[in-house]
Amino acid sequence: MQDAHIGRLGIDTRKLGMWIFLASEIMFFTGLIGSYIVLRFANLNTWPVPSTVLNIPLTAVNTFVLICSSATLVLGLASVQRGYLEGLQVGLFLTVLLGSIFLSIQVKEYRELIHEGFTISSSIFGSCFFTLTGFHGAHVFAGVIWLTVVLIRSFLGYFTAEEYAGVEIVGLYWHFVDLVWIILFTILYLI
Amino acid sequence: MEHVHTEHKLGFWRKYVFSTDHKVIGVQFLFTTLFFFLVGGTLALILRWQLAYPGKPVPVLGQLFPQSMAVGGVLLPEFFNSLFTMHASVMIFFAIIPILVGAFANFVVPLQIGAPDMAFPRLNMVSYWVFWPAPLVVLTGFFLQGGAAASGWTAYPPLSAIEPIGQTFWIIGVLLVGSSSIMGAINYLTTILNMRAPGMGFFRMPLTTWAVFITSILSLLATPVLTTALIMLLFDRTMGTHFFLAEGGGSTLLWQHLFWFYSHPAVYIMILPGMGVVSDVISTFSRKPLFGYRMMVFAIAAIAFLGFIVWGHHMFQSGMNPTVGTTFMLSTMLIAVPSGIKVFNWLGTMWRGAIRFTPAMLNAIAFVSMFVIGGLSGIFMASTAVDIFIHDTYFIVAHIHYVLFGGSMFAAFAGIYYWFPKMFGKKLNDLLGRIHFIGTFVFFNLTFFPMHILGVGGHMRRIYDPMQYAHLQHLQPINVFITISAFLLGLAQLPFVVNFIKSLFWGERVDRNPWEANTLEWVAPSPPPHGNFETIPTVYHGPYEYSVPGRAKDWLPQNEP
Repeated sequence: MQDAHIGRLGIDTRKLGMWIFLASEIMFFTGLIGSYIVLRFANLNTWPVPSTVLNIPLTAVNTFVLICSSATLVLGLASVQRGYLEGLQVGLFLTVLLGSIFLSIQVKEYRELIHEGFTISSSIFGSCFFTLTGFHGAHVFAGVIWLTVVLIRSFLGYFTAEEYAGVEIVGLYWHFVDLVWIILFTILYLI
Repeated sequence: MEHVHTEHKLGFWRKYVFSTDHKVIGVQFLFTTLFFFLVGGTLALILRWQLAYPGKPVPVLGQLFPQSMAVGGVLLPEFFNSLFTMHASVMIFFAIIPILVGAFANFVVPLQIGAPDMAFPRLNMVSYWVFWPAPLVVLTGFFLQGGAAASGWTAYPPLSAIEPIGQTFWIIGVLLVGSSSIMGAINYLTTILNMRAPGMGFFRMPLTTWAVFITSILSLLATPVLTTALIMLLFDRTMGTHFFLAEGGGSTLLWQHLFWFYSHPAVYIMILPGMGVVSDVISTFSRKPLFGYRMMVFAIAAIAFLGFIVWGHHMFQSGMNPTVGTTFMLSTMLIAVPSGIKVFNWLGTMWRGAIRFTPAMLNAIAFVSMFVIGGLSGIFMASTAVDIFIHDTYFIVAHIHYVLFGGSMFAAFAGIYYWFPKMFGKKLNDLLGRIHFIGTFVFFNLTFFPMHILGVGGHMRRIYDPMQYAHLQHLQPINVFITISAFLLGLAQLPFVVNFIKSLFWGERVDRNPWEANTLEWVAPSPPPHGNFETIPTVYHGPYEYSVPGRAKDWLPQNEP
């Protein structure tokens, strides 16, 4: 079944499209991160030490949660490739769950920060922080919705040991979003 | 297994409105962009009136404008600013880019590579349905408090961050058209990489397909950066951030870097597909193989690559580090090399060819010659020292119109005359086509060439009333001359409109290969049915095997062994 989508390049057309889409996503985050670097260097004197503003232990836990969600998705994919459908369903469910926990913790973090007076318009650091993490959060949100659709489809018999591209493609996206978070966590929170 | 679609019975709505067929979507893009070409042209004519006859009421249209735009038919300065902003925005974002990339690429690419449709037909449909609301959103600004966006198509902050609400609509519209571009780029790249017919190697692809492929890489990688810049500008306007406002620690120069990081590649997004179209047309009507086919491909790739590292040449006057300016100057001048290769190869293709001067060919030749003028004036601007003198003058306006109208638009006309028979199974009238070409070519040059002289004379662009400046008053006759030519250039489009509509309904019916061309789109019926080909063709040759010695016919279709 997968073979029907293999094109002239020897790659599944849907997967190729996803890779190309991710290239544009890389440039999107490059634009945001690049602007952040430029603005931070332009305001070195007034830039606060991130740990004085942000709750780093909480976000470190959150980072761990997101990395785990990538691992559960990989386990799900490995299961379906061996024809073990229940494994896929458990893997997808855990991924959706961990993704939702990540979003809830991020919402909690936002509420605390805004309560302390650190908002998108309070300083240039605030503008960068909320824009970068906000767009990342929107990507996680889109990913959770997409994973939920894939989870429902896994119960409707869309995936077998021969046909699992739908899981693989959402996986590419999810791992990408995960990777972006590791970069954002490093440059916004840690340094 | 290759699987050929049969003609499905689809209802009117699915067949012509919410269609996933690349050909219908291509034609939808064509109609929409031609309409906005007329809108953009009308905006230009209104503002040209003010430049030639400042303070005099605009005839006919003047009385229709409300008090917020014009008093007694005389344009207000704020409205004038909106006009030039909207003229450029409409032409660049809603006419030139989507006619080349949306209309032609969509219609032609799957046919030229022998594919039944695009890789992602539904994504393709979405890319159109995200596109057409964009110009409406942007133009809605005219009816809002404070008028439409008026900070130029480049939307430099701080002005664009503090302008009235129309600017917000502009940002949203450009965001929409940007998403449409990215979706299109993903689709073209996947289609060209993965959907080629058997035997269609990369170096058997026609130049139009090659140009779309490389252009799509540009849109894919440059547009998201514009998206981020637009989002930050939107936040500055609506959420109280200060990304581009110095007062809160932001950087106005950052906008210029981000904007031109997109918009310089965008200049090539607007010309490279045109170069592809023109290469196909010139080879077909010269009855000769394209001179230096591989070099043409490499030249497009080189232009695209250099396009990413030259954006700073728009910013020589911005207070950028002079050393960086020199780097940008050198990289910009390097573009002359691949551009020169292309021009000489087109000339080499025509040299001693059995040229057929069809309207498509005439427009293609005009493209080559006008592109030379536009390219040469570009070298003036690339040179930092000269640019400091001509920056923000009509010299720049002349240059951009020589490349965007003289280049892209003539290529678009060439493409329309060339592929119209394939799109509708009918031919555009030859005589009307010639009249349209001659009128456009003559009045185009009369309109835009004198702008070089104005620019060197120190005429600033985007000014409301040239008569207010002592050093410009003696140049006013040139302004009057330009305006008269511009109106005649507008009139010269009438035969095209008549021809287009007339031929659409009552045009001469043609068979599948009226131009005796080689590439695969001419193998399919005219117009091609859903699924394009009766059987997926197999490719045996390169795309430009014309006048092969020892053959009775002077063309050799790619699918003939």
